[in-house]
Amino acid sequence: MTAKVGKTEITIKKKDKSFIARIGGLVVTFALVLVITALIIAMSGKNPIEAFGYLFEGAFSSTYNIGETMVKTIPLLIAGLGLCICYRTGLTSVGAEGQMAIAGLMTTIVGVYVTGLPRLVMIPLCLICGMIGGGIWAGIAGFLKAKFGISEIINTIMLNYIASFTVSYMCSGPIIEPPGTYIQSSMLQDTAFLTKLVPQTRIHTGIIIAIISIVVVYLLIWKSPLGYQMRAVGYNPSAAKTSGINVTKNLVLAMFLSGAFCGLAGAIEIMGLHHRLMPGFTSELGFDAMAIALLGGLHPVGVTLSALFFGALRAGSTTMQRAMQIPASLVSIIQGLIIIFVMMQGLFSNFIIKISKGKSGKEA
Amino acid sequence: MQDIVLEMKGVTKRFGSLVANDSVDFDLRKGEVHALLGENGAGKTTLMNCLYGIYRQEEGDIFYKGQKLELNNPKDAIKVGIGMVHQHFMLVPVMTVLENIILGQTDNLKKIDFKTPRKKVQELCDTYGFQLDLDAKIADLSVGAQQKVELVKALYRGADVLILDEPTAVLTPNEVNELFVILKQFIEQGKSIILISHKLWEVKRLSNRCTVLRSGKVVQTVNTDEVEETDMAAMMVGKKVTFSYEKTPVTNTDNILEVDSICAKGLNLASTLKKVSFSIKRGEILGVAGVDGNGQFELGESLMGLTPLTEGKISFDGKDISTMPTRERIENGFAYIPEDRMTQGLVMDFSLSENYVLNKYEHEPYTTHKVVFHSKAVESHGEVLTEEYDVRPRNPKAFAKSLSGGNQQKVILARELSSDPKIIIAMHPTRGLDIGASEFVHHKLLTAKENGSGVLVISADLDEILAIADRVIVINEGKIMGEFVPGEIDLSEIGLMMGGISRNGEEVQE
Repeated sequence: MTAKVGKTEITIKKKDKSFIARIGGLVVTFALVLVITALIIAMSGKNPIEAFGYLFEGAFSSTYNIGETMVKTIPLLIAGLGLCICYRTGLTSVGAEGQMAIAGLMTTIVGVYVTGLPRLVMIPLCLICGMIGGGIWAGIAGFLKAKFGISEIINTIMLNYIASFTVSYMCSGPIIEPPGTYIQSSMLQDTAFLTKLVPQTRIHTGIIIAIISIVVVYLLIWKSPLGYQMRAVGYNPSAAKTSGINVTKNLVLAMFLSGAFCGLAGAIEIMGLHHRLMPGFTSELGFDAMAIALLGGLHPVGVTLSALFFGALRAGSTTMQRAMQIPASLVSIIQGLIIIFVMMQGLFSNFIIKISKGKSGKEA
Repeated sequence: MQDIVLEMKGVTKRFGSLVANDSVDFDLRKGEVHALLGENGAGKTTLMNCLYGIYRQEEGDIFYKGQKLELNNPKDAIKVGIGMVHQHFMLVPVMTVLENIILGQTDNLKKIDFKTPRKKVQELCDTYGFQLDLDAKIADLSVGAQQKVELVKALYRGADVLILDEPTAVLTPNEVNELFVILKQFIEQGKSIILISHKLWEVKRLSNRCTVLRSGKVVQTVNTDEVEETDMAAMMVGKKVTFSYEKTPVTNTDNILEVDSICAKGLNLASTLKKVSFSIKRGEILGVAGVDGNGQFELGESLMGLTPLTEGKISFDGKDISTMPTRERIENGFAYIPEDRMTQGLVMDFSLSENYVLNKYEHEPYTTHKVVFHSKAVESHGEVLTEEYDVRPRNPKAFAKSLSGGNQQKVILARELSSDPKIIIAMHPTRGLDIGASEFVHHKLLTAKENGSGVLVISADLDEILAIADRVIVINEGKIMGEFVPGEIDLSEIGLMMGGISRNGEEVQE
């Protein structure tokens, strides 16, 4: 589980055989994913090379397209970073989706109904409310796990449903946009909109928040005593307990922080893109974030790269669909395959480790 | 009475370089109870696991009623009529008594016949007077009743030879008496029993003959009624590798730690602490001797605040710390070398440097301004300690899991002793270490003592305790059996205390 990519102090430690093994494992993963996807495309009678071409074009060929990739990347990245925190603490959260939804709801309520505040106050307020919402939502699961030992996997899945139906209910009643034609909330006040950054694209200031998040999560995990103790709890709760670290507190805290970042992703989706709450606005970003965190080796740099990759997939798939009538849901297949292969990657890595160990034995 | 049912000749079993059984001869007569006596790690259970087909011996043969046995798995052993009741019961908690007994003994899995087995099991229960509800779930039964189920299971499978591994370890005194009655009945029925035990009174009371094992070798086989418990104790404890150190006399008179009749819940009844009291002076090493599982783990954990006390009081430096959280105890100068270094002592996926600061990462220079963690400071600290404690490889960036057991122990020592503790609780500090590493650990503990720390050494290795402790208490079934100064009493007396007989000669079974 010690997965590290990128130029960091921790990576140097791993820069022996196993680092090469990891890269090798990643290469094998991607190759397998590409081959299988190509086979599926070929089976539907389309040319896979051409399809991949459109996928690439849709993600990178124009300013607008690059912008779309970025816009898709922002929430994926922030939620993926959030999941890193709890995965590092040994908590398998499946709850990013629900935490984003609750955060969206909180942000919308503040953004629509708290009036008369200047932009400079409004934006941070909306973001913070979203983070608190997501944090508490995740904290509930953490508390249940720490106090009663209830599996956080089950908890977070259940909380996802509750969150998503709560959003649907709120949109279709209590906060529905007058006169009530559409199931959605009213528009946020424009003081709560995130500013557009680049003309002719939808890129918004969320991208700055995302970049700050990368640094913050990195500092949190490796450059703060809190991160040290959360990692200790994650790797070995009983050793942490023996050294006097409060395991319960750290589990709840890790879930809260993780949820806060997922919540931030949800808030940014609302404030930067949709500008109002509607059911299903999270469009399964929270689930993709799990794949991103795992593929990124639970390291902020790795997560950044894999979020970009998934963002590009999401952006490119529309172009591919338009040009070749290959359904955009093919991307879901690709994502599914990646998750499966990332899970299996340990296997590939071990296999490669074995080979390299044999070699070094001969040299010595 | 003299015909031999079972014979083991020259059985040797090795685990890597460790010889667990060294050409052991053992025989069992029809209708007798033959006890296997020895300390932990003497090789009792390993020998029986060879007999039951769990392990395969490297050398030597096993004969059953004159026939040479080839045992590849327990099924083979069961087939010829050998049954074993393990120390930890092998029962499925959610299934009923009957289901457990016939488990693996059914031919047709699609349509299991319960009727015939039920009759047979009921007959067995009636023969021995067992009051067992065959339809009760195992989880709802007391430990004593579960043991009966295990016994019936072995009988149902046609066992003529029963191996019982520490059968009384988990039982209440009444259940022990009941068990003894049952075993007597088995003997009357012509069955033979091998009793694995380290409890002298139990061996004395129940067995006809007794084979004493020490470090994998047979010391002697004796007729139980011809020897005194004292002699058995001496045989069991023996004299192994001897450490000898210069001990500086304890000059301080004030107690750094006072433990006043503490009780704490244990993993089982035998290990539950029952009114334990002792004290440690500054600059003193107090040894806790005893056979494993008699409350040592619970003692260490409750001193560190990892297990709550149900009664009693712990004072440190004159202050009551009975309810102080672990972290605060550490801040106040507690150091703890836990029993299990892999799960409790180290974070295996952390580097050595990171492991060294597990008890002090929140302090300067590792953390400043409460939120800034300095990995550079952690690493340079790691380099110093790795050098000072001679940890190999000399690489503070190595992962803890890549080190050998001895070096892992050095990492823990380095972490715990480098923060100038006032009291050190060391559980089995040299378990699994070779002599060189053991001496290193002992020297470090002796140095800490000379610097004025109070040290509590809990160990199952009596030689270690005798060599380094200034004063020793003996623990048995969660109670302190007595106290002595090394060299002032002889080994057999210590053995008696470890076996549950207190110093004034009274037998304590409760």
